[in-house]
Amino acid sequence: MSSGKSAWRGLFLPEQHLVTLSVENVKLLDRYANRKAATGTLYLTATHLIYVDASAEVRKETWILHHHISSVEKLPLTTAGYPLLIHCKNFHVAHFVIGQERDCHDVFTSLLKLSQPVKPEELYAFSYNPKMSKENREIGWKLIDLKLDYQRMGIPNDYWEITDINKDYEVCSTYPPEIVVPRAATKAVVMGSSRFRSRGRIPVLSYLCKENNAALCRCSQPLSGFSARCLEDEQMLQAIREANPGSPFMYVVDTRPKLNAMANRAAGKGYENEDNYENIRFKFIGIENIHVMRSSLQKLLEVCEMKSPSMSDFLTGLENSGWLRHIKAVMDAGVFLAKAVREERASVLVHCSDGWDRTAQVCSLASLLLDPFYRTFKGFMVRTSWNSPGKKCGHLDGDPKEVSPVFTQFVECVWQLMQQFPCSFEFNERFLLEIHDHVYSCQFGNFLGTCHKEREELRIFEKTHSLWPFLLQRKQELRNPLYRGFTAYKELQPNTLPFSFQFWCGMYNRFDKGMHPKQCVLDKLLSCMSQKVTLEDNASELENKLPFFDGPLPSEGCSSSKAGPAAAKGPRQDCGEGAAPGLSNGPSLGHQKHKESPSQLRDLHKLGSSAEDGKAQHQG
Amino acid sequence: MEFAELIKTPRADNVVLHRPFHAAVEGTLCLTGHHLIFSSRRHDNAEELWLLHSNIDSIEKRFVGSLGTIVIKCKDLRIIQLDIPGMEECLNIASSIEALSTLDSVTLMYPFFYRPMFEVVEDGWSSFLLEQEFEHLSSVTNEWRLSCVNKEFSVCPSYPPVVIVPKSIDDDALRKVALFRHGGRFPVLSYYHKKNGMAMMRSSQPLTGTNGRRCKEDEKLINATLRSGRRGFVIDTRPLAVAQQARAKGGGFEQEVHYPQWRRIHKYIERFNILQESFIKLVEACNDQSHNMDRWLSKLEASNWLTHIKELLTAACLAAQCIDSCMDRKSSEVLFCHMSSHPVFLCVALSGSHQAGHPFQQRCAQSAYSNSKQKWEAPVFLLFLECVWQIHRQFPCSFEFNEQFLIMLFEHAYASQFGTFLGNNENERAKLKLPQKTMSLWSWVNRPEELSRFQNPLYEANSLVIWPSVAPQSLQLWEGVFLRWNRPSKFLEEAEEERINIIRYNKELQAKVNALRRQLAELETEEDAREEVEVP
Repeated sequence: MSSGKSAWRGLFLPEQHLVTLSVENVKLLDRYANRKAATGTLYLTATHLIYVDASAEVRKETWILHHHISSVEKLPLTTAGYPLLIHCKNFHVAHFVIGQERDCHDVFTSLLKLSQPVKPEELYAFSYNPKMSKENREIGWKLIDLKLDYQRMGIPNDYWEITDINKDYEVCSTYPPEIVVPRAATKAVVMGSSRFRSRGRIPVLSYLCKENNAALCRCSQPLSGFSARCLEDEQMLQAIREANPGSPFMYVVDTRPKLNAMANRAAGKGYENEDNYENIRFKFIGIENIHVMRSSLQKLLEVCEMKSPSMSDFLTGLENSGWLRHIKAVMDAGVFLAKAVREERASVLVHCSDGWDRTAQVCSLASLLLDPFYRTFKGFMVRTSWNSPGKKCGHLDGDPKEVSPVFTQFVECVWQLMQQFPCSFEFNERFLLEIHDHVYSCQFGNFLGTCHKEREELRIFEKTHSLWPFLLQRKQELRNPLYRGFTAYKELQPNTLPFSFQFWCGMYNRFDKGMHPKQCVLDKLLSCMSQKVTLEDNASELENKLPFFDGPLPSEGCSSSKAGPAAAKGPRQDCGEGAAPGLSNGPSLGHQKHKESPSQLRDLHKLGSSAEDGKAQHQG
Repeated sequence: MEFAELIKTPRADNVVLHRPFHAAVEGTLCLTGHHLIFSSRRHDNAEELWLLHSNIDSIEKRFVGSLGTIVIKCKDLRIIQLDIPGMEECLNIASSIEALSTLDSVTLMYPFFYRPMFEVVEDGWSSFLLEQEFEHLSSVTNEWRLSCVNKEFSVCPSYPPVVIVPKSIDDDALRKVALFRHGGRFPVLSYYHKKNGMAMMRSSQPLTGTNGRRCKEDEKLINATLRSGRRGFVIDTRPLAVAQQARAKGGGFEQEVHYPQWRRIHKYIERFNILQESFIKLVEACNDQSHNMDRWLSKLEASNWLTHIKELLTAACLAAQCIDSCMDRKSSEVLFCHMSSHPVFLCVALSGSHQAGHPFQQRCAQSAYSNSKQKWEAPVFLLFLECVWQIHRQFPCSFEFNEQFLIMLFEHAYASQFGTFLGNNENERAKLKLPQKTMSLWSWVNRPEELSRFQNPLYEANSLVIWPSVAPQSLQLWEGVFLRWNRPSKFLEEAEEERINIIRYNKELQAKVNALRRQLAELETEEDAREEVEVP
């Protein structure tokens, strides 16, 4: 986020950023350090709140997207002025103090209005204009193609087919038109099953393990009540089980706690009765519902916001929030599914209540554990897009309670995996944070609308841009320098003992820079990676200029005997394109040179949650 | 005494070794005077385990029929289990281990028997001589001098024979000051900050007693370290109440009226038994794999270990320029300031701890598992190492050494083939003739092949003062020590390997480019020379 700042020095804003309100002499308090508060000017535009710190030696800007704001509070008057506390969905907390009550009230009411769009057209995505051609926008939307992912899994094959049975949303209004079901399931079975599943969300394929035919499928809860049965639904499950001839049984996993599932029976919903379905093994996993998660996250954030807590306060608060317990539960569920598929070679059908959030979450996590593809940039994008059919994002409700922490939990589980397997992901922590930001930013169309149908109605694909090409352009800063390539690790088997889970300071205290390591290993390694490209180019250029040169180098520090093994074991290229080249094959390396993404695109894409100059290297 | 007397069963076959995250291995167990050796004795993939008896903290035995099981808990926190067939063999082995791991006499310890297999390049015993340090110091200031007042350990048995003191204070005055300070530990220089001439000194509490005794020489000594008009801080690592109570026992604290240029700050650091208890609780929590998340977090909290770390770090940040009282607690702190004010290789700092008298032998006699707890055992050195680790985590490019180096020091402080951590103070160490009779750890470490293992690839020399964050969110459990044996480390090691490779490859590339440039420049000058010849 540090690049392209110069465009705004003195606030030269692009045309869509018309300043609607500006207030001078506003203080921004630093929650963590007891440093002197910054003094500066606060601007409101149609899309952002921008704060320019005039007191700092280095010009510092803080950008907050209106869509990111989850709450604005006026606090009681202090000697310094009228405080305004802003909480954001990406866990940014900004504490402003404004001199005049009138100004404070103006900012307050403007923000309330701006942060709660009423009509879809008011969402940033519909006005966001990165000056991209129509063709490029279309290409951008086609970058992630679920069909290609099915192809990668070997679908269609003898057992599974892609069907357009839902093209008129007859089976299920919240599923995409094309779904993957067992070949053996006839139209009658599909339709019958859809009537027996909550909101018609029938079992569909989420991931197929090509090597052993075990499949991960997802659906919503059955309308079984206390004793209802549905022959077609039973046939549907049988078809799924038989699509995996290697295994005599299949798992049906209800991710809810047993008590919740039982309570649902009274409402005519519930869970599968093992007696009615042939050869299923039914299991509850016990992930709490969204309301519990929301309040847990709320408690966690309160702990993170405490002013100079003792170690005991913090750890007790962390425990009481229950957040890490929930993270562990999700991870355990993912591990269970992955083990069933890989080790027991059994197919698994997963559901919770409606199959919106938790089902998608644990299926995505399991496929990430099973398949290294989903640990690459592209694969992760596919999975995140996967998450979205049926993902509920309450952007329009304006009610912060509607925002689900399920995606946050998914992203955190991936981060926890990164801690245990630092070389197995193509991307780094910043990539996760970027995606997390954009799930709430409404700047791109990817996370708008609850389902395919609604997106078509909103004309997302014509009117908005896809996030993925913008992120791919920034691959150089979002990649993991330690990545060992696609083939280095097959499935991941994480340790899920409580002590293997860490508090994610980079997410929940992300904007409290003082808490983070003052020297960033990631930055250092990334700069090494880009230096490497320049150096390799230089070396080959120089070698070309020295046509008569052959034989060992006469220099110090690079005797041929020393360079040999290091080069052989040298750092990998990105995307696992193979082993690193030796030091001697210079000229052929030209194509490796990475291109800096056009800065203009990057600037406009800039989300601007916090734009600090420099790399937090302030010391002493 | 012959070790053979203690070893009734020197060898047992068909023993099964269990370790966490390893498959059980069957093999032969041997006991020697100093080692427990287990070998799978297989030709294809022989696995061996060498364990120093002195590393063994506690041992438990139980029987199922005639199959005995011994659980060995080590000071480096590892736990292993041996299944030994035959009740008698098992009992013999257990009692031998018990006896050999609790030898009373220092001179029976392994360092006195160890003969190194490596070539000593530099004798570690003379690696960190105070005289050399002083030479360094003299090049920037002439306000200090070396004093040999403690040559025979007559003034202070726990100080080294040579110390650095303010130049204006003569040895007679030092003797008088020593009488006024607990244990004779008069104020000596601990760290000198070259950038601004600030000095950090250390001492024990003054013996003011209830009637507020004074000592002119003490006041003069302490003031001699201040330039005129400047103020200093006294950091007392006891709470005020405890310091006040100490007066009844003849101790006390520096009265502000008598030391007008000094401000006293009380920064409490827990007593040993509390630290030890905390250590034991944390290790218990880490070893119990049956905990659920809530239980684990509550155990982690209840151990208070991270609280102590936070306190210590806070105190260290505070103690940038100070003097203070209690020996041991201070010892870790001084180093600490040392670390937080200047990123230097730890060895240098460690030598400080050593000479200023950290009673390693007492403090590290037992680790977390032992039942026989004695009052002077405390994980102070571990606390210090962990604080360094916490700072290392926050400033990963400011340390020349890596985490492995800190872990290695932790191991060797508790059980080692080297004499470096034997004895409680310089006096004892001199009496034991450690430099003559044992090998120094530094002789081993200071060889290129070992040093390279401990080097931090990210290190970049800088002289900035580093201030760590002490927010709870910034501190972490030191997994490298506490979870070391409870989780697989393969993936983390691979990551470290990758980091090293990336940086090494870049350095080599840079060297290559430089060499090529030089060569090209040479060629060009030759060319120019030739052209010049041709032109006229």
